[in-house]
Amino acid sequence: MIDAGGLRERVEDSALLWALVVVVAVLSVLPLARLLLEGIAPAGHLSADALLRVLRTSSTWTATQHSLVTAFGGTLLAVIVGTLVALAVSLTDIRGANAFVFCFVAPLLLAAQVVALAWLQVFGPSSTLLKLIGIAPPMGSRNPLYSAGGIILVLGVQYAPLVFLTLRAGLRSLPQELIEAGLAGGAGPMKVLRTIILPLMTPPLLAGVALCFVSCLGNFGIPAVLGIPGNYLVLPTLIYQRLAGLGPGALSEVAVLSVLIGAIAVIGIVSQDLLLRGRDFRTTSASAVAQRFELRRWRLPVEAALWTLTVLVLVVPLIALILTALVPAVGVPLTLNSATIDNFRYVLLEHAATRRAFRNSFGLSAAAAIAIVLIATPLAYFLVWRRNRLLRLVNLVTEVPYALPGVVLAIAAILVFLKPLPLLGVSLYNTIWIILFCYLARFLVLGLRPIISGYHQLDRTLEEASQIAGARLLRRLRTIIVPLVAPAAAAGALLIFLTAFNELTVSALLWSTGTETLGVVFFSFQQGGDSTYAAALGVLTVMVSFGLMLATLALAHRLPRGVLPWRD
Amino acid sequence: MARLTVERLAKSFGAFRALDDVSLQVDDGEFVAILGPSGCGKTTLLRQVAGFDKADGGRILIGDSVVSSAATHVPPERRRIGIVFQSYALWPHMSVAENVAYGLTVTGVKGAERSRRVDAALNLVDLHGYAQRSPAMLSGGQRQRVALARCLVTEPALVLLDEPLANLDVHLRAAMENEFARFHERTGTTMVYITHDQAEAMALADRIAVMDNGRLLQLAAPSQLYREPATATVARFVGHGMVLPVSIRSVAADGTCAADLYGHVVRLRCAPTQKANGEAQVCLRAGDLTIVAPTAAGVAARVDRAVYQGGFFRLEAHIDAAPDQSLHLAVPEPFTLAPGAAIRLDVADGWIIPEAIGN
Repeated sequence: MIDAGGLRERVEDSALLWALVVVVAVLSVLPLARLLLEGIAPAGHLSADALLRVLRTSSTWTATQHSLVTAFGGTLLAVIVGTLVALAVSLTDIRGANAFVFCFVAPLLLAAQVVALAWLQVFGPSSTLLKLIGIAPPMGSRNPLYSAGGIILVLGVQYAPLVFLTLRAGLRSLPQELIEAGLAGGAGPMKVLRTIILPLMTPPLLAGVALCFVSCLGNFGIPAVLGIPGNYLVLPTLIYQRLAGLGPGALSEVAVLSVLIGAIAVIGIVSQDLLLRGRDFRTTSASAVAQRFELRRWRLPVEAALWTLTVLVLVVPLIALILTALVPAVGVPLTLNSATIDNFRYVLLEHAATRRAFRNSFGLSAAAAIAIVLIATPLAYFLVWRRNRLLRLVNLVTEVPYALPGVVLAIAAILVFLKPLPLLGVSLYNTIWIILFCYLARFLVLGLRPIISGYHQLDRTLEEASQIAGARLLRRLRTIIVPLVAPAAAAGALLIFLTAFNELTVSALLWSTGTETLGVVFFSFQQGGDSTYAAALGVLTVMVSFGLMLATLALAHRLPRGVLPWRD
Repeated sequence: MARLTVERLAKSFGAFRALDDVSLQVDDGEFVAILGPSGCGKTTLLRQVAGFDKADGGRILIGDSVVSSAATHVPPERRRIGIVFQSYALWPHMSVAENVAYGLTVTGVKGAERSRRVDAALNLVDLHGYAQRSPAMLSGGQRQRVALARCLVTEPALVLLDEPLANLDVHLRAAMENEFARFHERTGTTMVYITHDQAEAMALADRIAVMDNGRLLQLAAPSQLYREPATATVARFVGHGMVLPVSIRSVAADGTCAADLYGHVVRLRCAPTQKANGEAQVCLRAGDLTIVAPTAAGVAARVDRAVYQGGFFRLEAHIDAAPDQSLHLAVPEPFTLAPGAAIRLDVADGWIIPEAIGN
């Protein structure tokens, strides 16, 4: 009857826990530890040669300076736009917030390199859009986006939703009483905003700033499309050029560059912590949803401003991209006669690498989404319901590969997998598996977060009831927990799929013939001057992204609030 | 079915002693209520018995098997107990029948045997015909009954009920109380019922264990608990008893004693072991007090206020000799005395609390 001790239960429990800990360690700790080792001891020998060589090269410091300029500039723009939009959407009674949020957040979920190309099509002498309305600048003039300013503009637009999302989450948990107490004390809405709301929103705002800074710093697609033609290199593009030019021989050097960019990212994250230290931002738990401020006669102007913003940052670039995809060659004006779908036909049917890339990107994204959900669902069980010191560390560690720039992880993965694996004797370098490894490491946290909030919504007694009925851990997971967190897991899987599908940073450094991703093919079209093919491919990926985002709205009512970023 | 034995159980969360040297025994087939205010440790005790938390010290036995001690911890899934949760904890993605069948599936009961037992369990709680419904389509009382059927279908040795009526409205509570009582009668299962509601505990339990601050204060049958509280805390908590100082003059052989209550000599009940050693505490009930003529013998008091309660007043008063000592009693309509009026109270009955003074 009763077996004293429950040995079998304990074995099952700890086996699962330790398996998960090992998976997280291999994905998150191993590559970065290997990278740090390479920084100190290149090729296995303790030496400062590579370090000094890199630090003495002027291009290192030029790229660092460029990285800092564009990252700070992009962050500043994103913070201004993101904050204003978050305040308008969360605190006022504007109409149509859901549709607006969907459009405003969309750029974040589209491929950065596609967004950059779309913006290029809005300006410059060869812009199909400008030609169509007859205001294109003369041939031979320079596209103004090929510059630091252009990079800053597109980074700011791409990452404003990040600031918006963190700030909106903060505003949602702001207790209504604090606002009402201010109003009752005689302060007007603007004064309440300045003296109560904004000071209390310092933590989410700074978190958004840090996240945005790290994202701008690590972005590859935008400075690659807008910077490389004008030889304006930032650290990720410098690393890419070095590795592409010299191959694995340059590994020690690019490892140092990766550590450098990783260090800048860490400084950004740590300074956010330092700024918040010693101040108390705790609020009592939120009560009802805060009453929204009535804008009255300002409502229409504010709504108009928000929708104008959407048209400018989303609609116009996408239209410009679509128009370019419809002309036979760059610079040809679009007329009823010149319009063609040949570009689409070419990328979909004729170009072998694109067909492979579709297969690879779909396969990689789906595999990453499924594998991460399979890892994250039991992992979140332990993280949420079995808190202890080891698990707190695991939780922290899963964040690292996503927080650091993608090039850092890619270089680290090359270092780990360049030599054949011990025991197996095969090398993953130049195979699709190294890309999958990086996707798993980098996007794990994207799946973990929604699943964790799914668990937080779950009444634990549902699990305890099945435990009392005699079900052991694996059965409880299978029969009770998985069905109940499935909506959150599906949302996480879609988020991973979308991000991986549009990804370029990692695969640009890791691809080889046969393992191209859509990002890589798009990038090589664009670099090769085939902007019309690139535009057609871009339009196709944008359609896939929008399709998936719209499809998930059907799931939305079963999800914890805030899991789907594109839904208000 | 089995008895439950808890021996000197201790559990701390940091510096907070949630369970402090708790011992109790629930006999085979007995219905025991654990009663106490929130934070008294009753939920901690339930989680210990269920096995969700590990004990710091002491032992728990179900039947003759040790399930919890410093050395052993049988996980909940091996304890063969049933729990009815306060939130019911019905699985929303399963039908009523699937909820009830779950425990059988887990233990490998299959096919016709399983459906026979599920049907029997649903019949027992009058829910035949609801098997294919989803829990979301049921009322609160029906969900409660599904939870009951689910926990009984595996014939557990012991059933724990965690404030099962707390989420129901008042009308439904009375009906469900009835249901639980009938249910216990029919199945004869050993039941431990956690509640903060003394009326519920009194109505249902064979014996009640009163807890406070992580300690078990008294374990006794409802009427004994009410008539003979072991401590001042139990006296105050159960039935809103008034605890007053008295000095005992003499103890009689029939279990009564003569005592001095603010200068008025009264006859009170006491434990056979009570010594005539002077200072003690008495537990008085509202029904023990009556207003007598101003000239009659009694305790002099003053009216604080009278609250109309439908057919009678709840009169609150304080003793002249001890203005801090408030009393309450029921007086019939009509009642016209204003606050501050002098009254004289006779004491018909009372119980000498058998514990050290000052506790």
